[in-house]
Amino acid sequence: MSTDQALPAGALGAPADAVARRADADRRADRFFRYLVTGAGLFVLAALTGAALSMLWGGRLAFSTFGFEFLTTTDWDAVGKKFGALVPIYGTLVTALIAMLIAVPVSFGIALFLTEVAPPWLRTPVASAIELLAGIPSIIYGMWGLFVFVPVMSTTVIPFLTEHLGPLPIFGPLFQGPPLGIGMLTAGIVLAIMVIPFISSVMREVFLTVPSRLKESAYALGSTTWEVAWNVVLPYTRSAVIGGIFLGLGRALGETMAVTFVLGNAHHLTASLLMPGNSIAATIANEFSEADSEIYLSSLIALGFLLFIVTFIVLAIAKLMLMRLNRNEGNR
Amino acid sequence: MLKTFSTRLALAGFIAAGAVSAQAADITGAGATFVYPVMSKWSADYSQTTGNKINYQSIGSGGGIAQIKAGTVDFGSSDKPLDSKELAEAGLGQFPSVIGGVVPVVNIKGIEPGKIHFTGPLLADIFLGKITKWNDPQIVAVNAGVTLPDAMITVVHRSDGSGTTFNWVNYLSKVSPEWKSKIGEGTSVQWPVGVGGKGNEGVAAYVKQIPGSIGYVELAYSLQNKMTYGAVQNAAGKFVQPSRESFQAAAASADWKNAKDFFLIITNAPGEASWPIAATNFILMYKQPKDAARSKNALAFFKWALENGKAQAEALDFVPLPDELVKQIEAYWAAEIKA
Repeated sequence: MSTDQALPAGALGAPADAVARRADADRRADRFFRYLVTGAGLFVLAALTGAALSMLWGGRLAFSTFGFEFLTTTDWDAVGKKFGALVPIYGTLVTALIAMLIAVPVSFGIALFLTEVAPPWLRTPVASAIELLAGIPSIIYGMWGLFVFVPVMSTTVIPFLTEHLGPLPIFGPLFQGPPLGIGMLTAGIVLAIMVIPFISSVMREVFLTVPSRLKESAYALGSTTWEVAWNVVLPYTRSAVIGGIFLGLGRALGETMAVTFVLGNAHHLTASLLMPGNSIAATIANEFSEADSEIYLSSLIALGFLLFIVTFIVLAIAKLMLMRLNRNEGNR
Repeated sequence: MLKTFSTRLALAGFIAAGAVSAQAADITGAGATFVYPVMSKWSADYSQTTGNKINYQSIGSGGGIAQIKAGTVDFGSSDKPLDSKELAEAGLGQFPSVIGGVVPVVNIKGIEPGKIHFTGPLLADIFLGKITKWNDPQIVAVNAGVTLPDAMITVVHRSDGSGTTFNWVNYLSKVSPEWKSKIGEGTSVQWPVGVGGKGNEGVAAYVKQIPGSIGYVELAYSLQNKMTYGAVQNAAGKFVQPSRESFQAAAASADWKNAKDFFLIITNAPGEASWPIAATNFILMYKQPKDAARSKNALAFFKWALENGKAQAEALDFVPLPDELVKQIEAYWAAEIKA
């Protein structure tokens, strides 16, 4: 007869010290387990702060030399030892923005198709195909972008854009310039293709969690598929959908190899999306190995720190948006 | 403080890059990508004849300098020579290993390799963004008989720091006062115009992709990729084609005798047949190495390479050093490097 069975029968009958010992052991095990998981949690936090602080430390020479101007100037002059991060910051944000403008609607469409519209036999193969896309190394996207997509852009898409959108009053300057094919628009589109698998698979997963009775009720009331998607599925899954979008955005902000292939890596600030630019991650990847002065190296590490900050700010904005949405929930 | 940080970074990079280097008897080196093809050919042949292995990591000239200063390799390699002061501070010695050249390459429909001509100031003005069309009168003036299109010029430069860039902008600085004052020279500079490709292969790929572009790569890359290279006017006023012969002429006309620690950049070399943008690769080693036996092995390798590795270098479109220079280098080893 084991203690396990004896205990429920009547703790009074069991020897008191055995019960106490058992409780003690349980407490110890519990405590140990708590330390273990707290350690795991703190480890992430420690790694994050450690990485951020060491980059801040490595970049302190750049920050102390250039001060706030490091964020607002466009110089990137290894000879004159003058560095400003505006061009890479701008390029990072613009390419990520273009990517999200394309990727979010397309991913929404993919997820909706797979959960609501597609015949059941088609759903699993397409869903696995999308997940496979997520596994393609980014350098492959870069090479595809440079050798296949860039010629298409320079011969077809960009001449069309410059001709039809270039003369427009406000948006015009965004689409003016020579048809290089290499530039921020191309980089943004390649990034969009890269992040679509991430966003759409998260969306698909959460769309599947919407209870059928909600959807069926809406259909019963005469809603169209679009109305069900927009008014039932999306509100129900909103926070998870936004989570998925920011997963994709995080990847778009930090993507390096594919971007450096098609972005042009030029430290010029231009309004035109068709012109080459630079991104933080691409600048670091390109220039780190040959940074031959302390201030140069320090500026690149400072750029890394700024990428941290940019990502952090973007994610913080996301969190705020989520909180706002949740607060408005009751008013509707 | 940052020094120790960068040293540690360099060390970490080295460990990551060179897991193979753990085998103790091997000679390790790191540096310029420019010499990687000839280094790997030399080391393969050398290990066949002697059994000693050379492990060369092509991490770039800046990386090579950082590695040797950190003492993590037996020799460093750089396309940009260090001056005597910097060498003395670090306790390093320096000698040339092989000579190559940088060539302008263009992508203009209907123009054959070697048929388009440039002068130094013309190249500088194109890379400054002052000349923007291929049918600019200044380009047409030196290209009689060549039909140049009314097309935009797109400049392609290196996006990473590089010895190739160093030699290219060093030449532009020598021929254009405006370039010298506005841009200057270094392994990476603030390019006024253009797009940046990573590595020689990146520049080659961009030039091939963008109609009307001009870039600069090492001769071997332009030949392998069947690119349209241009002839350039040298210091003697003659238009010369890039070739081993014209690189050789530049190397031979250079005044190595009076160059302390071989600090000599052979761009814009005198002589009628000289290619104006020839480039030398330099090897850096400690004068008083911590591990004399390893440095001795490294010197034995370079002695073999400089004396017996000429055919391999030529096969890869590099120019081996002239015999006289090799003798001067061996005298330098005997006098300066205690291995």
